[in-house]
Amino acid sequence: MKALVTIAGLALAAALIAALLQLPPAAVQLPAQVAANMAQSGVEHPVTAVLLNFRGYDTLLEVAVLLLALLTLLTLSGGAAPAPDGGADALLRGVARLALPLIVLTAGYLLWAGAHRPGGAFQAGAVLAAGAVLLQLAGLLPAWVGPQRLLRLGLVLGFLVFLGVAATLLGGGALLRYPPERAGGLILLIEAGLTLSLGLILAGLFLFVTGRRS
Amino acid sequence: MSTGLLYALAGVLLFVLGAAGVVVLAHLLRKILAFNVMGSGAFLVLVGLAQREGVVDPVPQAMVLTGIVVAVAATALALGLARALHARTGRTGLSEGARLD
Repeated sequence: MKALVTIAGLALAAALIAALLQLPPAAVQLPAQVAANMAQSGVEHPVTAVLLNFRGYDTLLEVAVLLLALLTLLTLSGGAAPAPDGGADALLRGVARLALPLIVLTAGYLLWAGAHRPGGAFQAGAVLAAGAVLLQLAGLLPAWVGPQRLLRLGLVLGFLVFLGVAATLLGGGALLRYPPERAGGLILLIEAGLTLSLGLILAGLFLFVTGRRS
Repeated sequence: MSTGLLYALAGVLLFVLGAAGVVVLAHLLRKILAFNVMGSGAFLVLVGLAQREGVVDPVPQAMVLTGIVVAVAATALALGLARALHARTGRTGLSEGARLD
């Protein structure tokens, strides 16, 4: 079995590498198109412009996928029983306490920096989620058993803000085509909502699972 | 050979390594990890291939950024499913005989 898989894998790798090496240059020059439209995007960093302006619908649906994954995870086990507290040591607790303000500050910076350099809602949300997971591992934050009303609102806020902006702009004839003069503000609004919600969703993927004995 | 192409080729190797792992490994946790290796390989191909002529292309980068976050969610979901399977049947693999722990 293993020998067979090894041979098949090597053959697949050889075929894929041969295909990559023969690939003709791209027929569509996407970097040039992005550069040509940067002035209307409302932000200065091309990745953020693609992510939230030129292909904003991708990101909108991605947030929906994240919510769906979290909902499915929540339906997996009904009987919720908080996991026993792991006896976290004092050093970890101390470091987590010291690190948390820095984590929140970093998330805020990443959110703001996304407009003109690498950064943005996803990175900021991931940093926030990492902070929540760190707190839980240090025993400072109890695992989440079930989403209460406020948490539910936080989880869907980013998606709702995004959807609301998309619905408001539908009159323009295309999904998520921002008016150039207001694009920057709208993108920052969406990203702020996304940062909070993505942080909660990603943290929830960990904290809801540890909070339930399935 | 440009750096971008080198990344893409490394991505191909990671992808194949992960695919072999998904087939060979019996423990679900290992399968999920192998699936992640596969996904990382695909991301590396996407980003590396797009900049093989030296020009950074933001479109695949944004796609991969989207993909990474979705992969995290999918991994968490897969882990949750594996955990539920283990809780109900005591199995850690897909086949009947897989009781490794």
